[in-house]
Amino acid sequence: MKLAYWMYAGPAHISTLRIASSFRNVHAIMHAPLGDDHFNVMRSMLERERDFTPVTTSVVDRHVLACGSREKVVNNISQKEDLQNFVDRASSYSESDVILADVNHYRINELQAADKTLEQIVRYYLDKARREGFLNRSLTDDPSANIIGISTPGFHNQHDCRELKRLPSEPGISINQIIPEGEFLKNLKDLSRAWFNIVPYREMSLMAANFLEKEYGMPHILTTPIGILNTADFIAQISKIVNLWSFSLIEKKVNYDLYVENQTKFVSQATWFSKSIDCQNLAGKEAAVSGDATHAAAITKILVREMGIRVSCSGTYCKHDADWFNEQVQGLCDETIITEDHTEIGDTIARIEPSAIFGTQMERHIGKRLDIPCGVISSPVHIQNFPLGYRPFLGYEGTNQISDLIYNSFNLGMEDHLLDVFGGHDTKEENIKSLSTEKNNIHWSYDVESELKKIPGFVRGKIKKNTEVFAKQNNISTITVDVMYAAKEKLSS
Amino acid sequence: MKNFEIPAFECETGNYHTFCPISCVAWLYQKIEDSFFLVIGTKTCGYFLQNALGVMIFAEPRYAMAELEEGDISAQLNDHEELKKICLQIKNDRNPSVIIWIGTCTTEIIKMDLEGIAPKLEKQIGIPIIVARANGLDYAFTQGEDTVLAAMAHRCPEYKNSELRQEPTNKIDNSSQIKINNSSNNNFISERIELPKSKLVLFGSLPSSVASQLNLELKRQSILVLGWLPSQRYNELPSLGEGIYVCGVNPFLSRTATTLMCRRKCQLIGSPFPIGPDGIRAWIEKICSVFNKTPVGLNERENQIWKAVQDYTRIIKGKSVFFMGDNLLEISLARFLIRCGMVVYEIGIPYMDKRYQAAELLFLQQTCKKMNTPLPRIVEKPDNYSQVQRMHELKPHLAITGMAHANPLEARNINTKWSVEFTFAQIHGFSNVQDILELVTRPLRCRSGIMSDFQSLSKQTNKMNSI
Repeated sequence: MKLAYWMYAGPAHISTLRIASSFRNVHAIMHAPLGDDHFNVMRSMLERERDFTPVTTSVVDRHVLACGSREKVVNNISQKEDLQNFVDRASSYSESDVILADVNHYRINELQAADKTLEQIVRYYLDKARREGFLNRSLTDDPSANIIGISTPGFHNQHDCRELKRLPSEPGISINQIIPEGEFLKNLKDLSRAWFNIVPYREMSLMAANFLEKEYGMPHILTTPIGILNTADFIAQISKIVNLWSFSLIEKKVNYDLYVENQTKFVSQATWFSKSIDCQNLAGKEAAVSGDATHAAAITKILVREMGIRVSCSGTYCKHDADWFNEQVQGLCDETIITEDHTEIGDTIARIEPSAIFGTQMERHIGKRLDIPCGVISSPVHIQNFPLGYRPFLGYEGTNQISDLIYNSFNLGMEDHLLDVFGGHDTKEENIKSLSTEKNNIHWSYDVESELKKIPGFVRGKIKKNTEVFAKQNNISTITVDVMYAAKEKLSS
Repeated sequence: MKNFEIPAFECETGNYHTFCPISCVAWLYQKIEDSFFLVIGTKTCGYFLQNALGVMIFAEPRYAMAELEEGDISAQLNDHEELKKICLQIKNDRNPSVIIWIGTCTTEIIKMDLEGIAPKLEKQIGIPIIVARANGLDYAFTQGEDTVLAAMAHRCPEYKNSELRQEPTNKIDNSSQIKINNSSNNNFISERIELPKSKLVLFGSLPSSVASQLNLELKRQSILVLGWLPSQRYNELPSLGEGIYVCGVNPFLSRTATTLMCRRKCQLIGSPFPIGPDGIRAWIEKICSVFNKTPVGLNERENQIWKAVQDYTRIIKGKSVFFMGDNLLEISLARFLIRCGMVVYEIGIPYMDKRYQAAELLFLQQTCKKMNTPLPRIVEKPDNYSQVQRMHELKPHLAITGMAHANPLEARNINTKWSVEFTFAQIHGFSNVQDILELVTRPLRCRSGIMSDFQSLSKQTNKMNSI
């Protein structure tokens, strides 16, 4: 048992639901007690999803427990067999395919489970297509790619997806399929027709990509196109892969250098920004970075190599990916911290005292406590991370967005500092103390003052004002608890 | 004998959405200021509570998860030792007056003997430990509060009849001037009143300002409330025992009521709940009748409030509403809205204790008769899918539903109000009637021009239409 206050990644079944509800015609059934389907609420409210979330709870209560489940939680192996039997029976009754999600709740977290579930589904459908003989092994005529790993409600996933579609399209690469978001399962048989796979978030799709490479010889690009340098690298890798086949299939070699140069210099504003004098002011400032492996590593690289900002500490909560992460940020930061314990990260940040933090919502709150500005760069997600406007992190548009984020985060701190130095904060305290310019003889009795204190601060002023107006209207000179409540009933707030 | 229509009770599959009962931690830890809530469960529970508490979790609330790991489940680790470690840590960090253990589905399934471990641990660490089983197998949402209060009821001190006489002035005569204590249960500070405290304890967790308002209402009728369960501080729990009357303020507290009656030998006052001016009046009337007091000025108060909210009732008069059901407040809210002039098609409700809500149900029938509207259909353990189908047919003006369905229904042009807001808004007492109506009318008032031309903003249904 351990004492836990906050977790970065959710439990395993949440990711199974994420993958299931991302696919187009998949419905997830949770055999669970009341309340476990709060995923529906999260998805509906965070993504402002217009349609019903395709997750139904088959409610487990005492009766079900008494009749159905034996030693369910204690023995994992027999649990799997039990559920597998259930699944087999269900398949025979239903026209749809039924799959058992093979994830162990106690050993893996949300991200690892998402990875596993996606791989399981891809494997199931490709194996089925192969067995039944309608697997299409021919490559598409023109170069195409699959995007693997876009799901609901992922951190800026919808925007990233748009950018990922745009990015290879100018160099002439079409998108074959995007999984799981929005794809029909019956189309999965065509997955292997693409020339290669794009894996933007290694936490969520590495296993599926590896499977496709092993079984179907599909190469995949693991570089996430975040930041100018990574995006250029990404395009370079694409050209290498395409050129492997291009001679025989499209009878020419491709070169995207001009495209990359054009984008880097003129379309993305990030390179110019890093040369401009604004950015020069940021050089040498200290930052701390934390988040999931993909985003934390990428932002560290951007800060150090593209903007000249020092990163004192870089960390991730993806413990299972520690080796890759350390390798990525080696030499770029003073120290790394790999932990799931937010208090450790908080203490580290408090010790370092950077000028800005780039992390998750938890780090944003650590920043508020320590009075350090923070830009959010990674899940866990919050309603703020689902903006209506177009805000990708990937691709060339992403570089603009990230530069804005970094610049504003540092600047906010500086602004406050300057205002402090020059005493420029507006202080309109007089407004709260006396609520009318004319002399009034209204007296607040002692007991009602303590009642007033129970009212939350942001509404207290209004209530006080309302009450005084009511008192004046009714010629009351002493305000008691009675008067305050009577005022609330009479006047509209 | 008046012949009322018997309400039709149905029961469906129970495949509906509501929150897990451990969500009660979110408001109870705020109410009981010196408490600490330890939820003993798995990552699922922790993740849910983290999202439910939202921003509050960053303020380091007096709550934590004892996260069960694989070793705990397979009985490799000693529960007693593990819990002891954790409770000692809590004692060192926060030093609360009471630690409340919340049992979850997992502890139910592995049959962890929390009630056995707690008393031993309590002696060892010197802090009272209360065990409440708030799990989704047995309860829904607000019933979490019910189990916690039922467990707390056992810790209330025993009421001794002589207590009322132990005043600082040491007078034996009850009606002489008495200085009343400045405790946070009843906020009457150094007022000289000629009233003894009535033997009335109210139960239900309400924000202290609302509790004060209700106390004030009863004080106007010369009834001084002895105390509240829960009290604002654990050390101020009211005395319970034979001779004490108890009355609930929330409809989901049936277990607490049973515990108070059977275990603590109190007398339960069965009344409709103080929601809506009609409900409050009925509640006060019932309490007054038990204490042999004639209510003073109640009718005027009620009429005053009805007049004050005329603008709101005008908006909803004649409109229809459908309750999908998740927080057990549905009967009282429906009764209030019917009294305002609405028509209620259906009331979904997770669980209905017909005895504890008997007065409220009777009141519902009376209200329907008075307003000449048909009695709504009451469905226990509803099936959300069937309800949505019924809503498409009935086309109510307003659907009161949980957050999982609110957005999709809005996209299909059905006005919704999310039901959770009724649990967090202040809805009891005369002063808060306007607040309830604000909530109910907001979706109906918000319908400005642009969207009314679209039948549906859902991608699914739009696609179907274009085929």
